[in-house]
Amino acid sequence: MTLIDLANPSKFLALTARALPWLAGATAILLLVGCYQAAMAPDDYQQGATVKIMFIHVPNAWLSMFVWGVMSVAALGTLVWRHPLADVAAKAAAPIGAAFTFLALVTGSLWGRPMWGTYWEWDARLTSVLVLFLMYLGLMALWRAVEDPSRAARAAAVLTLVGAINLPIIKFSVDWWNTLHQPSSVLRMGGPSLDKAFLIPLLVMAVGFSLLFMTLHLAAMRNEILRRRVRSLQMMQASQQAA
Amino acid sequence: MTALAALIRRDIKIALRVGGGALIGVLFFLTVTVLMPFAIGPDLPLLARLGPAILWLGALLASLLTLDRLFTADHEDGSLDVIVMGRTPLELACAAKALAHWLAAGVPLIAATPVLGLLLNLDAAATSAVALTMLVGTPALTFTGMIGAALAVTLHRGGLLLAVLVLPLSIPVLIFGVAASQAAITGPLSFGTPFSILCALSLVSFVVGPFAAAASLRHGLD
Repeated sequence: MTLIDLANPSKFLALTARALPWLAGATAILLLVGCYQAAMAPDDYQQGATVKIMFIHVPNAWLSMFVWGVMSVAALGTLVWRHPLADVAAKAAAPIGAAFTFLALVTGSLWGRPMWGTYWEWDARLTSVLVLFLMYLGLMALWRAVEDPSRAARAAAVLTLVGAINLPIIKFSVDWWNTLHQPSSVLRMGGPSLDKAFLIPLLVMAVGFSLLFMTLHLAAMRNEILRRRVRSLQMMQASQQAA
Repeated sequence: MTALAALIRRDIKIALRVGGGALIGVLFFLTVTVLMPFAIGPDLPLLARLGPAILWLGALLASLLTLDRLFTADHEDGSLDVIVMGRTPLELACAAKALAHWLAAGVPLIAATPVLGLLLNLDAAATSAVALTMLVGTPALTFTGMIGAALAVTLHRGGLLLAVLVLPLSIPVLIFGVAASQAAITGPLSFGTPFSILCALSLVSFVVGPFAAAASLRHGLD
């Protein structure tokens, strides 16, 4: 089974139909175990119970960047290898990535309120995640601007790759900008490195969320393929009626 | 080489003639800067402090507005198809078009900066610092913005979509442009560090911009 075999949408649909229940089950088990472990984890000596937001927040933040990486690979698939499912993968990933980024921002903001006393701080990390969110939204706007999916796919692929080059530059500039404006940051998350009692639930949650992404992504790709089939059937029907 | 020179000369000529619209960018820049004191208040020390930021924002928005026309006019009259199919590498042609656009629309913005600095209560040293950072920074805006312009023309959409796609990409230029100007005016940081990073951003955009724009034109036009 290679990537080329998956180029046939019917084969892809058949394979994912078998794989999806297992993936969904594994996701549910891992997330349940992770939530249980997170709930059982001891309170932090400084942050109290609010440290448990971390178990949701950190996996979301990781995935917000990981999904852009997935889309960049898919963009290469569209532009270089012309893989027929690459643009489906890229299109399906964008809203999911935006959702993870949004959740990272919201949970971070809810965590910040009791810890830093404010919902929003122009901290370097927060700001660069916010810019990432804006870029996800711009990409989704690009997908929605054009009806023809293959035309939109190539434009979105170019933008995704440009974003992949620019995002580290933006991250670096924002870091630099913040140290300039705000030398002593209250937001530094330094302190002692993570204890095992926190690390294990966090890793379980991270794997769980990654599986959740895979499940949602494959399901969204299936929906996109079916949507395109419905659209082409409708077009055929319309042209038959016209003839 | 002659083909590229001819392309640059033609683009500048079109931009400066009736219907070109390059100089409207300067007018927009002037208007935005004049609007700022109405929003902030006629407080001269405050205006002097915000001056570099206001000028950079105005230049960013002005260059964004003129970018819309970079490929659209050529697409409408068909000359873009000739450029795409021509023997000159499309990447070089894109770079030439961006250079012409910067000469016609970007340089007037820099030339207008001293006058606008006067309105914002900036002294000569501050104004020249802002103008110098713009001289090395605005090419980056044009060359990154060109990617957005190429995407917009292949999708037959422009305006707001272009702005939404290009503005996040121009954050680094804005940060280091304003930082270098501020460093020159008030310190305490050295002017050299942000200024060299600004130069580096421009150089990176010279490499990335033409390739991305050419890829998008090649894949997008039918």
